[in-house]
Amino acid sequence: MSTTTTARRTHRHLLSSADLDRGQVRAILDTAAEMHGVQQREVKKLPTLRGRTVVNLFFEDSTRTRSSFEIAGKWLSADVINISGKGSSTSKGESLRDTVLTVAAMGVDALVIRHHASGAAQQVSQWVDAHVVNAGDGTHEHPTQALLDAYTMERRLGDLEGRHVAIVGDLTHSRVVRSNLITLRTLGARVTLVAPPTLMPSGIGAWAAAEGFALSNDFDAVLPTADAVMMLRVQRERMSGGFFPTPREYTVGYGLTRPRLDVLMAANPDAVICHPGPMNRGLEISPDAADAASSLVLDQVSAGVAVRMSVLYHLLAGGEGEDS
Amino acid sequence: MASLLVTGANLLGRGATDLLVEDGVITEVGSIRSAKGADVLDADGLVALPGLVDLHTHLREPGREDAETIASGAAAAAVGGFTAVLAMANTNPVTDTAEAAERILDLGRATGLVDVVPVGAVTKGLAGEELAELGLMHRSRARTTFFSDDGKCVHNARVMRRALEYVRAFGGVVSQHAQDPHLAGPQACAHEGELSGRLGLPGWPGIAEESIVARDVMLARHIGSRVHVAHVSTAGTVEVVRWAKAQGIDVTAEVTPHHLVLTTDLLAGYDPTFKVNPPLRPQEDVDALRAALADGTIDAVATDHAPHARHDKEHAFVDAAFGMLGLETALSVVSDVMVRGGLLDWAGVARVMSQSPARIAGLAAHGSTLSVGDAAHLTLVDPAAEVTVDRGASLSLSRNNPWHGRTLQGAVHATVFGGRVTAQKGALA
Repeated sequence: MSTTTTARRTHRHLLSSADLDRGQVRAILDTAAEMHGVQQREVKKLPTLRGRTVVNLFFEDSTRTRSSFEIAGKWLSADVINISGKGSSTSKGESLRDTVLTVAAMGVDALVIRHHASGAAQQVSQWVDAHVVNAGDGTHEHPTQALLDAYTMERRLGDLEGRHVAIVGDLTHSRVVRSNLITLRTLGARVTLVAPPTLMPSGIGAWAAAEGFALSNDFDAVLPTADAVMMLRVQRERMSGGFFPTPREYTVGYGLTRPRLDVLMAANPDAVICHPGPMNRGLEISPDAADAASSLVLDQVSAGVAVRMSVLYHLLAGGEGEDS
Repeated sequence: MASLLVTGANLLGRGATDLLVEDGVITEVGSIRSAKGADVLDADGLVALPGLVDLHTHLREPGREDAETIASGAAAAAVGGFTAVLAMANTNPVTDTAEAAERILDLGRATGLVDVVPVGAVTKGLAGEELAELGLMHRSRARTTFFSDDGKCVHNARVMRRALEYVRAFGGVVSQHAQDPHLAGPQACAHEGELSGRLGLPGWPGIAEESIVARDVMLARHIGSRVHVAHVSTAGTVEVVRWAKAQGIDVTAEVTPHHLVLTTDLLAGYDPTFKVNPPLRPQEDVDALRAALADGTIDAVATDHAPHARHDKEHAFVDAAFGMLGLETALSVVSDVMVRGGLLDWAGVARVMSQSPARIAGLAAHGSTLSVGDAAHLTLVDPAAEVTVDRGASLSLSRNNPWHGRTLQGAVHATVFGGRVTAQKGALA
């Protein structure tokens, strides 16, 4: 862990991918690599966070992210408690502030927050003394997902500087894309966002111009130059919302189909495929692509634990850090 | 009733003038050396405006008396320089019957602080489907002429047409909360633009307002009726209203103090204090609203005073209640941005905060020219005073004040309602 000590605790919270500069991302990913080694051991336990309490406060269902944080905390020897929003006090009418103050008053060191509303983690961070980790807030951000995606891609592609990543799908409603965009740009990758115009966030043209990423409505034009293709889940509830005519039309225009997989592999045999999951096989990604040798989907899940161990370590281990 | 002598006030461009009030009526204006037995209010250096009239106040009673009561809202209004407020209909139960309107009228009268004028709902329960008892509310003691489903848009064009037709019979006006629910979406809470995209907040596009206003002015033209546009928030709406007025269509419009100053970038911190409907817009819209208020395209300033209990704001941004306080700060905001900014003189402030709203709402006793024979509703303003807003000092029961900590130039010194001083220097008299 000695390589990471210079970057330790420069932030009090992890609310947005924009909280992290390149050195800090590097530090988290380097530590994650060491944590990944722990994952391979027979006894997967470090004493690092012994005596610390981490609460996973999930106001929205999420088996994969919650489990990932839970395992990460436990492997660092933290006491981990899971609280589900469903049936919690907020669903009985209590304000979010009162709910988190109640939880924090129990002597919590870190709150890992998942919430259906954008900005919730940031708001919570203003009310409590505990460290707050954003585990996905509405359609805003999911910074640990971006870190694990970058980690996974680096493991296969090496340094991401100058690499071309295409992120494809429902950009408007994806918290993953906002965090990935920031982290990938922080690491020097070239990013193209691909979606039908109806699934592009408002004002994204100005955003793209200011931050130097590309936009496209033409997946086939982008595909041959990609080193990594990240497919985003199309949420079923969007299908009747007028964002695209039919699932079939979406797949034809924006699905990573078998023919597109062939084009990608022919153009760049080393290219990789990512998906934050859960996948809609046959809609945004074909079974061929999901299960291809170039698919990193399960690697992403595995990396999630290591990256979250690293994040908890950087926030909680050692002395007091500076406020972000 | 005791008489009141106001001395030395700057009376709408007439210079330092004295003003005598007897039995609630202005009986003498000019140089008045003395008035036997009268209470004297020294107004040297102060501007005298006709009492302010708010076309758009939420008082929360009945239903949410923890956030505001008619009494607490009236107190906040008096401190803010108002002598009449129109109480919006979206209470619980909704003000959609004659009895409900009369109840609010009576509770308002009991305060003795301002005229509380009940606004009638356009549709039953604000559901947007069936007309409320518009005629019965008008025939009631409340004499309701101003109707609104505010908080919700009358988005069904047929219903809006029928409402405009129906109220035309007695000179009524429909105030529209212009928000196409399909264009804005059920969770819309932030101006749709680059920032909402970055923040992941559901967008509320300006076109959702503009398209409804465009439709409504065409309906008003078709029917020959009056329509009023509540809380205009975009430059596009200003253009529609300007065009409609040029066509001779009977349309009036209001703007809130917060839309004259605050911009959408305040949402970057997800502070629900700044969550309001319609949402805060970019600077170019703010600039257009100021210009439209100055040139008369927008007729009136209306507060959209929307008190909320603390726990209704302490949610995640998209889940928190819409609205912000406005009664106590409206005059200072308008003074600071429009007068100090050189866009309006004090006669202009009298126009947009008293005379025009009184005319739009049909309140004959308000919005006077401060002449002999007029009802003595006055607001005395200290144009040089600087106030730093403290939400803790509010007479409202709520604290959702977007101006907290800001320093504004220009303050209400005293309010006179029916010849009686109701408030002075930020406190009830």
